[in-house]
Amino acid sequence: MALDKHIIKRWHNADILLLGGSAGSFKLIFEAVKGLSPALNKTVIIVIHRKRNFFSEIEKLFNENIRMKFREIVDKDKIEVNTVYIAPANYHTLIEKQGYFSLDVSDAVWYSKPSIDVTFESAADIYKDRCAAILFSGANQDGAEGLLNLRDSGSLTIVQHPDDAEMDTMPRSAIDINAAEYILRTTEILTLLKT
Amino acid sequence: MEGLTSTISQKQLEELIGLVRKIYGFDFSDYTKASLKRRILRIMMLKKLEFYDLKHILVNNVEFFQEFLEEITVNVTEMFRDPALYKALYNQVIPYLSTYQHIKIWCAGCSSGEEAYSLAILMQEAGLEKKSFIYGTDINTEVLKEARKGIYSLRKIKSYAENYQLSGLKGSITDHFTILYDAATIHNEFKNNTLFSVHNLISDNIFNEFQMISCRNVFIYFEIDLQEKILELFYNSLCPHGFLCLGSKETIRSDKFRKKFKVINLAENIYQKIGS
Repeated sequence: MALDKHIIKRWHNADILLLGGSAGSFKLIFEAVKGLSPALNKTVIIVIHRKRNFFSEIEKLFNENIRMKFREIVDKDKIEVNTVYIAPANYHTLIEKQGYFSLDVSDAVWYSKPSIDVTFESAADIYKDRCAAILFSGANQDGAEGLLNLRDSGSLTIVQHPDDAEMDTMPRSAIDINAAEYILRTTEILTLLKT
Repeated sequence: MEGLTSTISQKQLEELIGLVRKIYGFDFSDYTKASLKRRILRIMMLKKLEFYDLKHILVNNVEFFQEFLEEITVNVTEMFRDPALYKALYNQVIPYLSTYQHIKIWCAGCSSGEEAYSLAILMQEAGLEKKSFIYGTDINTEVLKEARKGIYSLRKIKSYAENYQLSGLKGSITDHFTILYDAATIHNEFKNNTLFSVHNLISDNIFNEFQMISCRNVFIYFEIDLQEKILELFYNSLCPHGFLCLGSKETIRSDKFRKKFKVINLAENIYQKIGS
C-alpha cells in the first residue's frame, strides 16, 4: 500500500501521535522520533515494553539525539504539544480528560506493564479521532485491542508490515482483528512521519 | 483490557461515585477518572454485569461492596519495589532517623503489607529495630488481614529476590522468612514491630506523630487537589524535620507544599519537612 493523499491528510490532521512496540521495535521507534521536527505541532506518546529495575539508557539516548522536547512521564504531567513522552517501566500510563497523564500500578496486561492496550484505550476514550497510532514489532498481542479501539473511535491506525517486523506477533494480532486501517512498510512509515 | 468492549459514560461514572458515597461513605469523587473507569469496567467484565445491574447490586448487597472496594482500590504491591529507594533511605535518611529516641514510621496505603515489612527489614539491617515501629494503614479491611498474617507465597517472595539484592542489603530476602512448603511467613520480630489498621486518607485525621511517612503509588490515583489535602495531613502528622517518601514517578504538585518540603533525593522522591 502506497502513501496516498488520504493517509497524508489524516496524519497532518492528527494532534497526537501514539507509537507502540515491544521486542524489536526500539531502534525503529527511535529512528522515527529522531526524524520528527521540533515544530511538528503534535504530542508524541511512546509505549515500549521495558524491563523493570533496569535503569535503561533510553532516556539519555532520546534526550541527546532528538530535536523535540523529551520526557519520561511522571504522574500528573501536563500533556504538551511538541513534546515526546515515554511511558515509564512498571506502571500503566493513562490519559485524563483535564489534559494530563495519570499512572497506575495495577496488574500487567499481556504480561506487560506498561501495556500498550491500556494507553491506547485511554487515548481512544479521551481523544476520539484526534490520534494517529502506529503499532510496531513485538512478541505478544498487547496493543492490538487498543489499536482497534482507536480505529473504532475514528483515529488513524497504522501497523508495521509483518514482513518488516523483527517479531511479527504484535502487528499480526492487530491485523487479525482488523485494527489496522493501513499496513505500511517500514520505509513508508518513516517517510510519512517526515511528511 | 482483554476482550473488554463495553464502556460507561462520564455521567454514569459520576452516578456510581455518588451512590457509593451516599450508601457507604467512601468518596471516590477526587480519584483520577481514567483509572477509576478502567477498574469499574473490569468489575463489570469479571462479574458479567451491565451498568444497571452493577448499580442494583451495589445498592442491595453490602457484601458485594467489600468485593467492589477491593477491586476499585489497586492492591498490587511488591517488597523492595524500587530498590534504589531503600539504598537512598539507608544512606541519606537512616543516619538522621537514628538520632531520634523512637522512630515511628507510617506506611500509608500499605495494602497487604509488603512495603511495611520491607521497611521493618531495612530498620533491622540498620540496627534500629529496638527503637522503631511501623504503622501500616489502608482503607481496605481485607488486605489488612493479609498484612497482619504476613504469609506470602514462596513464589512471590522469590520474585522479590532481585529487588532485595539491588537494594544493597546483606544476605537474601528468604533469610527473613520461615518457609514451609510454598508459604513464606515473615519472622515474628517484624510482626511485633508493625501494626496494621484501617485509615482512610480522605476522611480520617491525624492519629500519631511520625518521623517518617511512606506513601508510595497512592497519589497516582488522586487528582491534584486531593493530593494537596493529603499532603496537609502528612505535613501535620510529621515531627519537625520528619521525612516523606512518595512513589518514584510521583511528585509534589502543590506550590504550597513544595515550599514546606525540602527535596532530599529527587530521583527517589524523598522529602523532608521544613518549618513547623
